[in-house]
Amino acid sequence: MHHIYCPYCEETREEEEYSYTGEAHIERPKDPASITDEAWGDYLFFRSNPRGIHHEMWFHAAGCRRYFNATRDTHSYQIHETYKMGELPTITAKTIAADTLAAQQGDAS
Amino acid sequence: MSQVNRLATGGRIDRAKPMSFTFNGKTYQGFDGDTLASAMLANGVGIVGRSFKYSRARGILGHGAEEPNALMQLHKGNATVPNPRATQVELFDGLTATSTNGWPNAEFDIMQWVGIIGGKLMPPGFYYKTFMAPQKMWMTYEKFIRKAAGFGKLSLEPDPDTYDKLNVHCDVMVVGAGPAGLAAALEAGRSGKRVIIVDEQNEFGGTLLGSKQTVDGVDAAAWAEQATSELAGMANVTAMPRTTAFGYYDHNFLCALERRTDHIGPVALAGTRQRVHRIRAHQVVLATGAIERPLVFGNNDLPGIMLANSVSTYINRYAVVPGQRCVVMTTNDSGYQTALDIQSAGRTVVAVVDSRHAPDGRLVEAAKVAGIQVMAGHGVIEAQGGKKVTGAIVAPLDEAGDKVTGAGKTLSCDLIAVAGGWSPVVHLSCHTGSRPVWQEDVAGFVPGPTIQNQHLAGAVAGEYGLSQALNAGIQAGATAAGTECAQVFNCGDESEGAAQALYLVPHTKPISRAPKQFVDFQNDVTAAGIELAAREGFQSIEHVKRYTAMGFGTDQGKTGNVNGMAIVAKALNKSIAETGTTIFRPAYTPVTFGAIGGRDIGVLLDPARHTAMHPWHVANGAEFENVGQWKRPWYFPQAGETMQQTLNRECLAVRNSVGMLDASTLGKIDIQGKDAREFLNRVYTNAWTKLAPGKCRYGLMLKEDGMIFDDGVTACLSDHHFLMTTTSGGAAAVLAWLELWHQTEWPELDVYFTSVTDQWATCSFAGPNSRKVLEKLCTDVDLSAEAMKFMDYREGTVAGIKSRIFRISFTGELSFEVNVPADQGHYMWQKLMEAGEEFGITPYGTESMHVLRAEKGFIIAGQDTDGSMTPYDCLMGWAVGKTKTFSFLGERSFTRPDTARADRKQLVGLKPKDPTVVIPEGSQIVMDPNQPIPMDMMGHVTSSYWSECLGHGIAMGTVKGGLARMGETVYCPLADGRVLAAEICSPVFYDPKGDHHHD
Repeated sequence: MHHIYCPYCEETREEEEYSYTGEAHIERPKDPASITDEAWGDYLFFRSNPRGIHHEMWFHAAGCRRYFNATRDTHSYQIHETYKMGELPTITAKTIAADTLAAQQGDAS
Repeated sequence: MSQVNRLATGGRIDRAKPMSFTFNGKTYQGFDGDTLASAMLANGVGIVGRSFKYSRARGILGHGAEEPNALMQLHKGNATVPNPRATQVELFDGLTATSTNGWPNAEFDIMQWVGIIGGKLMPPGFYYKTFMAPQKMWMTYEKFIRKAAGFGKLSLEPDPDTYDKLNVHCDVMVVGAGPAGLAAALEAGRSGKRVIIVDEQNEFGGTLLGSKQTVDGVDAAAWAEQATSELAGMANVTAMPRTTAFGYYDHNFLCALERRTDHIGPVALAGTRQRVHRIRAHQVVLATGAIERPLVFGNNDLPGIMLANSVSTYINRYAVVPGQRCVVMTTNDSGYQTALDIQSAGRTVVAVVDSRHAPDGRLVEAAKVAGIQVMAGHGVIEAQGGKKVTGAIVAPLDEAGDKVTGAGKTLSCDLIAVAGGWSPVVHLSCHTGSRPVWQEDVAGFVPGPTIQNQHLAGAVAGEYGLSQALNAGIQAGATAAGTECAQVFNCGDESEGAAQALYLVPHTKPISRAPKQFVDFQNDVTAAGIELAAREGFQSIEHVKRYTAMGFGTDQGKTGNVNGMAIVAKALNKSIAETGTTIFRPAYTPVTFGAIGGRDIGVLLDPARHTAMHPWHVANGAEFENVGQWKRPWYFPQAGETMQQTLNRECLAVRNSVGMLDASTLGKIDIQGKDAREFLNRVYTNAWTKLAPGKCRYGLMLKEDGMIFDDGVTACLSDHHFLMTTTSGGAAAVLAWLELWHQTEWPELDVYFTSVTDQWATCSFAGPNSRKVLEKLCTDVDLSAEAMKFMDYREGTVAGIKSRIFRISFTGELSFEVNVPADQGHYMWQKLMEAGEEFGITPYGTESMHVLRAEKGFIIAGQDTDGSMTPYDCLMGWAVGKTKTFSFLGERSFTRPDTARADRKQLVGLKPKDPTVVIPEGSQIVMDPNQPIPMDMMGHVTSSYWSECLGHGIAMGTVKGGLARMGETVYCPLADGRVLAAEICSPVFYDPKGDHHHD
């Protein structure tokens, strides 16, 4: 069972208080009428399903009722960070790859 | 009854407290401090059960959680417990136990002849291969197979005990209170951190309790007692014996089962029997130890063949020697300790048979000095005996342990102690997803890498020596507590010679022809079976597991798995590291459902929500139905009525005079803010810009894919204040939906949402006389048809209570809803019933509500729609705004090719050709009932009722392209062979012009 830090409550709480609500940073097209059916279909149905780092939304349903984002490893279930709606992640698959590379180079030197 | 195998002195039992117990109906004696297993062995009980597949006689193999054979049926009647291991059952006076299988009993079992005769004919996959064809017969076969095999039985009566669940937090959680765990807990406890230490046994100490070693000069068991009492004295430490950490979940969450009374009697006399601790720990120390591996040789399952370490434990801890003449078969030094223990207990060690050609550890020397015969470079290749071991065939082996190199000879014995090396207890570490890794130098799988804040100490990490375990423990405790540790233990461990990895003792015959060499005792998996699986093409260890059922028992293969995996690896010509291991899942040992359920059973299983008027409904004989967690009146039967008669009466009352429904459960969301109106524009299909205060509007809410999600009436209370209603079941989802869009996409909108479902009670009364009823109680609002029109909202005083009055209708009749604060709801309901008495006001429930709305063709979101219906599919284009400036949720999807198809399933009315018929809801709809199966499925019936006011059955259903098929005939073939015909029609069966609710 996950232990999740709510960036609004500023507390780590049990998973039971939260609901998972899908991939984060999916923005609604500003003018839906002007985009193609294909683009609209992508927005509606297509989500990434990575093995590893995933940015996703959680809802503190039995707490402050705020939606927020989490950077979570779908393989290890490690939650690297949580951040407020409208903010960007500081940890991504890219930064982790860079950190790993730096660590390896550090080991090598 | 004498305890033939009990020693006169020693052990951690209290000879002053004798206890009687029965096993399979026979009475025996044991002592306080015994386990059921140790007491059975003390009494010379050999056969404890029959094996799963071949019905072979089985005895006790181990002394703890690993035990595969000694599964018991404990206690009687409603307190009976199926399948605990006798090795983990503490003895109490009056305990009753029986074997879980064997017919007519475990001693004389008839099925064994099936096993003996049919054994050769029962390879792995036997059941799949034999009984699956023809497939439909499996259900018949299964009944008999399960009866013949099977384990313990549950009581069908309610559990007499109560159980609890607790949520607990700590800094350091230590699992296991053997040497490593105790050292870790001491160190962490001394630092002042909040520590929890649990151990499955009745007292802390683990292997220390049966050890003859010393810790810093103190007797091992005495040191364990000192450590335990120091822990007990620390206020920051919670020490729980008889508590099994059975699951280790994400982010250092563990579940532990505490058995509070199982050692006292079958039923708890006071308080709870067991409780589950749900523990969230900052740091976890796993000190779960290791389990000795049995050796795989011919007939290695005979009663009297036991793990060497278990034999030592029975001798040293329980003062029981389970045999007179013992052969020890070992691949490492630990078997020699057992030989020494047996000898010092005054029994005969026939020989230590060591597969190694040149064993040289200090224990080996000690055994030789003690005059014990050591047969190096030999193996027990086969055991002899029927219901009990009577001899061991010992033969020389080559250095690799692959081949028998000479003639065997038979050693007469009644006990074979086997020491096949150690398997770290990696179970908990697996639970979080970490895959164990093979470590060649310890010849075992150890926990793999993890992201948990987890530390390993002792045998679980392959650190088998006592000093090693203690020092690893104290180090892990320090690391977990964030302190430095300088203490070093010295236990004067004997230096050990190198162990040999021997997973299958060769026989003179090939595996397939040798006597059965058991790998997994509980599931009767043999080396030959595993080899056959490899030969039949199974390569993945996970597939071999499933095909042979290795490790599938209640013991999860704690003893057999590693041997089995090694045999698979060898058959596939791979290393063990390459073939890898299956992983273990919770629970480590079985957990009672009672403990998992805790108090969340019966009425506490799920909260029940009652409206303010609930007591009235109960007093007036309502039948209830569950709507989400709500208990809603379903119908109000009067004496002698059938349900249909009740519905007919209720519906006619509404159509002809007045009826009243408790509509309090409808979701109510209070929406405020200067952008509230704009927000509604975006989430609803229709326009809200011009809705004036005092007006209501029906709204359809769609998901972005254009499909109906919820519906309801929203009232404009003032320019910046709206009251939205939702379906009863959809209230929570709608609120979360509104919050989602506000918080993620449109945070700039000034709007606030508050659920007020529970704050307001709603009386909905409908029928031509409904206005007259309300007029009697409300004088400050002009209720006339001219002043208060259909879909108007007013605030007023009803029966002296400030109320919200809505003129809205879900029945097609003139109808009002009065909302009052919930604490006034019961009073208001009673007042309206009194006022309506002269008109015969009739309370009605959800079933009549469904009939009334279906007569009008009103949909129920979630019944007539299923997440694949657009407003147009439901003939509700009228509810979709065509000129809204903002592209409301779902609008863009209307023009997607799939959404715009003409042959989509569309909601239509269905009028049965036979007017007396009510088509069952859920019936499939076809155009041609004579079409060969499979027919073209055109849709299904979503709602169907008897309409008393129309005098015929009515239905709604989805039909492909149904809106263009008006007047066509469709058919519903039923499971009972009937085929019902119906005509596609408008779903508005009653008052199609809508005159009534405008009156």
